[in-house]
Amino acid sequence: MKKILVVCGNGLGTSLMMEMAVKDVVKKIGLDAMVDHEDLSSATGSKADIWVAAADVAAQLKEAGKENIISLVNIFDKASIEEQLNTILND
Amino acid sequence: MSLFDLIGNDGIVITNEENLSIDNALDLTCSTLIARGKVKPSYADAIKATHKKIGPYYVLAPKIAMPHARPEDGVNETALQLTVFKKGVDLGSTDNGDVYFSITLAAVDSDGHLLTIMALSELFQNDEDIEKIINAEDKVEIIKVLKKY
Repeated sequence: MKKILVVCGNGLGTSLMMEMAVKDVVKKIGLDAMVDHEDLSSATGSKADIWVAAADVAAQLKEAGKENIISLVNIFDKASIEEQLNTILND
Repeated sequence: MSLFDLIGNDGIVITNEENLSIDNALDLTCSTLIARGKVKPSYADAIKATHKKIGPYYVLAPKIAMPHARPEDGVNETALQLTVFKKGVDLGSTDNGDVYFSITLAAVDSDGHLLTIMALSELFQNDEDIEKIINAEDKVEIIKVLKKY
């Protein structure tokens, strides 16, 4: 099972919205995954197989040394989530 | 219970102002929440301070913003404010462009507002309703859309 962690600036609101979008995509493609959310400050010390964040936060995750990051300009863009998720899974 | 119950007639702001600064725009998105006693002025300050630190974290998609800070930044009571920027406002999002539609979220705790987040999420993904709100001539048209969520 993959652990997917959705991260936002302050862990309130935005990450929940992204978490719902990610769960929809995970269900659609039938991936065995656990999806959770955290704020950026606690996420830097966390572990996950795949990370999801809005573009600005994604850049900060990358700086913190995280790999397999899905970066979103539009947080509701499920097509983009699915495309980036597939790229990571097929890597 | 709909999104309108958390916004109310007094929680809708339609502005035709142009070239608003980021701070002035963010102040405007909190103005009725402060006037209605839902949040303390410190809530707007927290949003502005976070923007200065990490950029326009509340611009979620093209045209759409959801300014929000944390419960401990001065929320008295869970509430929302809807703000329409008729001429658009540049909040510094290079990817998503100018913002026309904003819903400020003030929540007293981080878990209890799940239903509100779900309803907002649905509204934000309905391009047709977003356009209806942005192009509305008056509050009545906006309220009609809000009552569906």
